[in-house]
Amino acid sequence: MMAMAVTLSFLLPLAGTLILAFSGGRLGALASSVVGVGSVGLAALATAWAMMAHSGGSEGITLWTWIAVGDFQPTIGLAVDGLALVMMSVITGVGFLIHLFAAWYMTGEEGITRFYAWMNLFVFSMMLLVLGDNLLLLFLGWEGVGLCSYGLIGYYYQGSANGWAAFKAFVVTRIGDVFLALGLFLIFMELGTLDIQQLLALAPQQWQEGSTTANLAALLVLGGALGKSAQVPLHTWLPDAMAGPTPVSALIHAATMVTAGVYLIARLNGLFLLAPDVLLLVGVIGAVSLLLAAFAALAQTDIKRVLAYSTMSQIGYMFVALGVGAFDAAIFHLVTHAFFKALLFLSAGAVIISCHHEQDMRRLGGLWRKLPVAYGGFLVGGAALVALPLVSAGFFSKDEILWQAMAADQTGLLIVGLLGAVLTGIYTVRLILGTFHGEPGHGEPGSDHARHPEPGTNPLTHHLPLIVLAALSTFIGAWLYPGLGGLFPDAPGEAAETGHTLLQVLAMGAAIAGLLLAAWLYLWRRDWLAKKAGEGIGARLWTLWHHAWGFDALFDRVLVLPWQWVVKVLRVDLVNLVMNLPALLARALNAGLVKSQNGRVRSYALVMVLGATIILLALAVLPGGLA
Amino acid sequence: MILVWLILIPFVGGLLCWQADQWGDRAPRWIALATMLFVLIISLVLWVTGDFALPGEVTRHWLLEWRTSWIPRFGIEIHLAMDGLSLILVALTGFLGALAVLCSWHEIDHRVGFFHLNLLFILGGVVGVFLALDLFLFFLFWEMMLVPMYFLIALWGHSGSAGQTRIRAATRFFIYTQASGLLMLVAILSLVFVHYSNTGELSFSYDTLLDTDVPEALAPWLMLGFFVAFAVKLPVVPFHGWLPDAHAQAPTAGSVDLAGILLKTAAYGILRFALPLFPEESQAFAPVAMTLGLVGIIYGAVLACGQQDIKRLIAYTSISHMGFVLIALYSGSELAIQGAIILMVAHAFSSAGLFILSGQLYERIHTRDMRIMGGLWGRIPVLPGFTLCFVAASLGMPATANFVGEFMVLFGTFPNAPVVVVIASVGLVLAAIYSLLLMQRVHYGPEYRQGALRGPDAREYGMMLVLLVLTVMVGLYPQPILDITAPIAGPAAELFQQAGAELASRAGEVN
Repeated sequence: MMAMAVTLSFLLPLAGTLILAFSGGRLGALASSVVGVGSVGLAALATAWAMMAHSGGSEGITLWTWIAVGDFQPTIGLAVDGLALVMMSVITGVGFLIHLFAAWYMTGEEGITRFYAWMNLFVFSMMLLVLGDNLLLLFLGWEGVGLCSYGLIGYYYQGSANGWAAFKAFVVTRIGDVFLALGLFLIFMELGTLDIQQLLALAPQQWQEGSTTANLAALLVLGGALGKSAQVPLHTWLPDAMAGPTPVSALIHAATMVTAGVYLIARLNGLFLLAPDVLLLVGVIGAVSLLLAAFAALAQTDIKRVLAYSTMSQIGYMFVALGVGAFDAAIFHLVTHAFFKALLFLSAGAVIISCHHEQDMRRLGGLWRKLPVAYGGFLVGGAALVALPLVSAGFFSKDEILWQAMAADQTGLLIVGLLGAVLTGIYTVRLILGTFHGEPGHGEPGSDHARHPEPGTNPLTHHLPLIVLAALSTFIGAWLYPGLGGLFPDAPGEAAETGHTLLQVLAMGAAIAGLLLAAWLYLWRRDWLAKKAGEGIGARLWTLWHHAWGFDALFDRVLVLPWQWVVKVLRVDLVNLVMNLPALLARALNAGLVKSQNGRVRSYALVMVLGATIILLALAVLPGGLA
Repeated sequence: MILVWLILIPFVGGLLCWQADQWGDRAPRWIALATMLFVLIISLVLWVTGDFALPGEVTRHWLLEWRTSWIPRFGIEIHLAMDGLSLILVALTGFLGALAVLCSWHEIDHRVGFFHLNLLFILGGVVGVFLALDLFLFFLFWEMMLVPMYFLIALWGHSGSAGQTRIRAATRFFIYTQASGLLMLVAILSLVFVHYSNTGELSFSYDTLLDTDVPEALAPWLMLGFFVAFAVKLPVVPFHGWLPDAHAQAPTAGSVDLAGILLKTAAYGILRFALPLFPEESQAFAPVAMTLGLVGIIYGAVLACGQQDIKRLIAYTSISHMGFVLIALYSGSELAIQGAIILMVAHAFSSAGLFILSGQLYERIHTRDMRIMGGLWGRIPVLPGFTLCFVAASLGMPATANFVGEFMVLFGTFPNAPVVVVIASVGLVLAAIYSLLLMQRVHYGPEYRQGALRGPDAREYGMMLVLLVLTVMVGLYPQPILDITAPIAGPAAELFQQAGAELASRAGEVN
């Protein structure tokens, strides 16, 4: 039963892809949507079935042996345990709601078939990623997710910028993937297996805690996680990835793909526990990303880019949780984040379509009366994002992370987390006020589309996904999380109990402080703020944060420009030019000798006499000559 | 006897095509197609019925063998033999040969009979190379591939950019291959004479020469003679100068054969001759060979990024991919050598796919210059999707054969040469860059010209689909190939390791 359900849950989206890809355009928009949405809906049902059939522990399903050469025996095999099931539910559940909403969002676009083919393939790849029982199969899903994200970011192919954004996303994440691949090579060489359970059992026997090999292996795996999860320094692709349709941003760049790195580290927790330094590095990178992204989100004007940076920031929180060894807290936040970030992106999508692809906050405003459903989505999602105490899902998961950081005595990470919470409050309020309140354009000539938005009315494809996700973003979503305590080693907070209340007060205080500060800044000191941001150090900070601390410019100078220079210099194939020298030499000799054959007796006679003289001279001069 | 037929069928078919010209253009095409399918079917039947169990005894075990005396005075025989490796490559030749005929169905419109004669003669020569065990016969077939290829490029080729004529490309191809072939001939003859002076017996037979005791001073040079000939064909930087021109200027069928099969004769040659004949020298030479492989991976990728001609771009990617094969062959790891074989098959599929696609593109927009493409995704149905699939294969996307090959190579090589693998992995990122550059320049962006173009017909669609299905099948279940090449890869790796141990012990004695 179990095997059947699990197999169906990932084969159905694949079947959807194949049907759509080979329909050759014969399917209309409606039929494509039905196939695309239906396959993921059925996969979600299959996942629910698998959850009910699951009896605890880990169950393996080996389909076939992928490659068998000597000891190298990776399989196409699945391992189903609590973690996999939680991930599967998020992927298919949230994925289904996003697919459903996309049917509304994509109405009238050309290439619906292509859109759903990619979306289904994405769900399939992501399912394989979380189900694979060995690292090579996980890598298949891992790369598949990257390819789908390439196809979907570049969905609007007519604009070259979209194509380049897709290109950048693929190449930057691929750099991370190469680190992961090297990690795989190292793990296989040292432990002789890629099976996740086996390697987690073998690693503690073979490796000393903190040994070079363990550190190196963990570091390489971390490199892969940084790329997919958009953490510093491999994060630059995420904001550009907003070039795709908004449901894509919701599915890939918020709810699932970017969490793959968190999943990977949680899955290989035993490996990271053998490398405490690297584990701490995970937390530090998370903290750095969290802060950098939160500041960058303060200075964006595109509503999707604000959400993109908030995603990076929230994943930073998950990395902080991983870094202090609280794997369960990381997965908890992954789940709640998937709910509320999908909600926020879909609500943003509702705004964008209603306002005819206007997504600049400066030109929007005053929409709250005209787009009540989207506004509601933003309010609930925003509340979860800022972790509004007690009522939102985000509060419970973020509180857990901060508490674990405190229990692990990582005061630095704790302070960064609290500071991040304040910043989150500020940028969220700014986002909601800028989009829904005030007047369109906020005093400037705004968008006409924002004055006369066309609200979504379809109850099935517009309202339903938003309402369900909104419900999940409240404390209900936090209650639904089953908890995976038994799967992971004990988190630091298990032992300690003192101080939890103090921390909750602190966390609530941080969130509320952020909200109040933002309200004060954006409601009462608006003009003062605008003035400060327009001149002197304020303007400089604005530029710096608007460009997300200038990582793009830095990488352009350090990597892209030298690379382009090398490509340009080598375009003529310098090595080949050297290899052409014999040919050139032969041609030069030929030219010289051709000249000597001029047909004039005079010159032949001259050359002959000259030659004879030289020979005679040589004979005379050389020792023993003419004798 | 069936081995003789495998070689003869393409030659007979070629002559028939030539004569069939008088019955119109269609006759040679059908005859050529039937001929190559015949070769393919024979090899598939052999594959299904063959017994590929690991050889139990020490002597080499061939699936099929056929020998008869040819020039007894010099000890030259017609000695053909087939094992798993040659079987796969012969099957691949039949398959790509059929594709080459199909993809030039409308492209070639003059001297159709003579075109197919040349095409089939190349393929006949290639089958000969894969089956010949007598070194003289091997050299004969090795040279025999050359001449018809020269005509193919010179008579039916395209003129390239910057004054590169097809004649020049053909001449360059000929000179490179011919000159390096002569080095191999010298090496073969020296080997035979060394054996003669040792035993008083003149023989070109592979089995006999395998045990020849070559003087230590001479052996590295003979090994180099073989290596250079194969390095030119593979190609290894800096001997790659002929490849971009030949690929770009050849007709589609020529490019498919060049990339798909002719490059593989070099890898086959290294695995069959250079390594077993000179194991210790090869072992000592391995660091150099691996370095050359790395240079090829990086250099080929960088150059691919700078190309404007779509076929030249694909041609340079071949250099990059063959770098992985070269590293694997000199790694002394069974896993890596098996990976190299998979990668050879995978590269044959993916590069053939890309070349056929660029041929189909050329038939529609009459250019190969990527600067005047762009936005084709909206103008041509289906083809951009296929392009993305083969591009994904070329950059080593998992679930394609290329991934299996590349990763087996890297997994296998890592324990022996981790630094090499780390540098080679950079090639994975570069592969993503050049592959997606192709997509970006050709299919993304604003439309360079307006107007819809016709989609693929059944023939074009069928070719793409078959290639794609095969790529994914090998990518998800490579075991049928791995099973029949295990008896070759295992001993090759073992031989290499023994040679390494021997070298080490000898070095110990000296110290």
